Amino acid sequence: MTTRQKLIAGSTIMIGLGLFAAGYANAKAPDEAAVLTNYANIAEAMFGDAISTAGNLQAPIDKLIAEPNAANLKAARQAWIDARPSYMRTEAFRFGNPEVDELEGLVNAWPLDEGLIDYVDAGSYGATSDSNPFYTLNVIANKELQIGADKVDATVIDKKLLQSLQEVGENEANVAIGYHAIEFLLWGQDLNGTGHGAGNRPASDFDTANCTNGNCDRRAAYLKAATELLIDDLGQMHAIWTDGGAARQRLLKGDAKEGIAGILTGLGSLSYGELAGERTKLGSMLHDPEEEHDCFSDNTHNSHYYDQVGMVDIYNGRYTRLDGTAVTGASVKDLVAAKDAAVNDRVVAALADTSKAMQVLKDTADSGGQAYDQMIGPDNAAGNKIVDDVVTGLVGQARAVEAAVAALGLKITVEGSDSLDNPTAVGQ
Amino acid sequence: MWRNPLALAVTLPALIVIIIGSTIAGAEETHKHTPTVKVIRDPALGDDAVARMENVIGQSIFERIWVSAPSSTEAADGLGPMFNARSCVACHPGGARGSVLNKDGSLGPSLLVRFGHKLTGAPDPIYGNQLQTDAARGVPADGKFSVDYALLETKLGDGTVVELRRPVVTLTGLADGPLAADTVTGLRLAPAIHGMGPLDSIPAELITAAADPDDQDANGISGRVNWIDEQAGTFGRFGWKAVQATMEAQNAHAFLADMGLSTPLFPDAYGECTVRQTICRAAPSGASSQFEDLEVSSTLMKVLDRYVGESVLPNGPAQSASAETIAKGRALFAEAGCGSCHKTSYDIVWPAGAAKTRHIAPYTDLLLHDMGDGLAEQVIEGEALGAEWRTAPLWGLRWAVAGEGDASLLHDGRARNLLEAILWHGGEALSARDQVAALSADDRQALISFLSSL
Repeated sequence: MTTRQKLIAGSTIMIGLGLFAAGYANAKAPDEAAVLTNYANIAEAMFGDAISTAGNLQAPIDKLIAEPNAANLKAARQAWIDARPSYMRTEAFRFGNPEVDELEGLVNAWPLDEGLIDYVDAGSYGATSDSNPFYTLNVIANKELQIGADKVDATVIDKKLLQSLQEVGENEANVAIGYHAIEFLLWGQDLNGTGHGAGNRPASDFDTANCTNGNCDRRAAYLKAATELLIDDLGQMHAIWTDGGAARQRLLKGDAKEGIAGILTGLGSLSYGELAGERTKLGSMLHDPEEEHDCFSDNTHNSHYYDQVGMVDIYNGRYTRLDGTAVTGASVKDLVAAKDAAVNDRVVAALADTSKAMQVLKDTADSGGQAYDQMIGPDNAAGNKIVDDVVTGLVGQARAVEAAVAALGLKITVEGSDSLDNPTAVGQ
Repeated sequence: MWRNPLALAVTLPALIVIIIGSTIAGAEETHKHTPTVKVIRDPALGDDAVARMENVIGQSIFERIWVSAPSSTEAADGLGPMFNARSCVACHPGGARGSVLNKDGSLGPSLLVRFGHKLTGAPDPIYGNQLQTDAARGVPADGKFSVDYALLETKLGDGTVVELRRPVVTLTGLADGPLAADTVTGLRLAPAIHGMGPLDSIPAELITAAADPDDQDANGISGRVNWIDEQAGTFGRFGWKAVQATMEAQNAHAFLADMGLSTPLFPDAYGECTVRQTICRAAPSGASSQFEDLEVSSTLMKVLDRYVGESVLPNGPAQSASAETIAKGRALFAEAGCGSCHKTSYDIVWPAGAAKTRHIAPYTDLLLHDMGDGLAEQVIEGEALGAEWRTAPLWGLRWAVAGEGDASLLHDGRARNLLEAILWHGGEALSARDQVAALSADDRQALISFLSSL
């Protein structure tokens, strides 16, 4: 994949408060604290489920390492695909909650220069990058790593080593850990461009007896350590939402209106900037399969789809856990509806439009007709339209959320810049 | 139009110049200014979701690492054949100005070598207008370069001695033999991208009206427009010598010359290779018929231009100087006459179609001024002679001088701090420079504090 800094969500966004002269006019409006509590409960439940589905990766991966064959590789890949939805549903928490954004890079950093981790196809990937000295570090093949002036002992590939390599050289493309590192280890590079097919790593890449591409023991150790670390790091993301956790505390003890604005910031920013813009429109504009979010596995349609499912859950204040129990309570939807029913109708309709477009995307890919990277190909008007409809839906959704922010009298302002004006007002 | 450079009054700076030695860039330098700032979208712009999405995409294009053709991505390849960098952000880190040196002390990609015929500015017959230091596989790059510094000393009014450095370029490994005998060289550092949209929106007449090419008001300051077509009223306002007329042209030219990517404005897929660089001319093109026969289509340029045009610097960093000191420095800036060229502010309509005017303070008249022999080089660009430079905007200096280590100021990054940059001023700015050199240490510091707050 290409090196590109990911959008730093929320870090430059400050929430300013509009003035509420007289609180909510409608008596049916729920208590803001109740909305925030339910929001935190949903976050706790969603991250809890993400931990369990990531945990389900361990057994198949252990089995793959013990008996590296095609069936076991397939089972491990399926476990990864099954683990993604519960994480993707949490993504709207990332924007608007700085505690989540701070940890997000540990589990879902993307895009990555995969040559840091393992062998790559020299022809298409290239051997060097002028922006990343660790472009082809290849941890799996090297027991000693030259990191700047230091030699790092990489004889043992463990969680600690991988943590030390994450964003090495302060370069965000150096992704050593998280879902996408594991995805690369399970699938390998997708060398099919916008043609048919995902990555095609052979199971023998993990077979110490008949090893292909060298260092199969180290590749297996990497996969195992990265999986354990993913579960640990999801644990950190879960902990901030439990009783006394940093994110829950901030929402419940801080200014309630600021918290509500944060919920809507999350929905709006994920909709227009991250998902519609960087993850979808950019790729369809460039027709570049490298711009695909889950590019090794061709699972992008699911990652987009479950982002949207999560946004709907959060707006409605209702989430059904993997075990079937529902987490529900006062919602930001109730707040908006009590203040201005028409605006709520608009948000609901916009969410439905996007969900519908996402369903077409998912169904098209799931049917095996064409994968996401084929849909963004240059000579595929029908496929392009499926993707562009998702973008249109998301933009409409972002605008509806902006209307909800306005209706609630909240103001979301981006950090100021006096650059254009005279910054030193003194002495004039 | 060509003007004899000797016809311009040559003013020697009142430096006591002693060549005390030279040093190779990077060998002893272990620290440098590391830009830690990243441009943001102008918060005064509207919250429109499409505009913000396009801005985010534009940022991705700015940060995108381009690949050479042929590749799996027909719509987004075409780097080179020759290039200086693979991405915009490689030279403009975070959208901020580049530094001369990398973190490890080696010469970074932000500095490039410009070529021109010494009398006409015409391209070198083999190497063109710019030394491209890298190339696609199988294509020879123009060559490499290194920079040595001649060290000079100057004495201020209070007896303080300041060391200045003047870069000396050495070209190495030129692929097709030496430069033509009449080709001369200059260095150019990648500027910051912030504020280009507003600068583009300054009404042309406000800029041209301030020109005084024959110094009719006899204040020692002339100020010339770098006309591209005087009849049509087009003139340059971007680049160190004000060669590009619009922000869009500046961006497209950077794609062409620095990355070898073709755009609607500069559609040659072979970038800046000359007819005599036959391997380069014959290298695969990234242009595809379904994308306007271009490597960077108009769709991509539109979002890139939006990102650049909407970029501003964030607030900060915190100022250590007091408000009183900064105010005193502002007064000294005015007294010394710095504002004659570093024109403080304009009222503009930006973005286009905005309901009310906006007050901006870039501190530039966007005109060419003779800056004297100290800053002069021989390369002519458009109507800009070797000694003539566009008044550099001063907004954003607060970030350019922030952080540890040396800043990279002036067109070639030679000045390590603001005082050095001021002391290099000569020519039309000589009187202002001499006034600063004569200030007491306290007053000098106040002036620096003011500039560091912009």
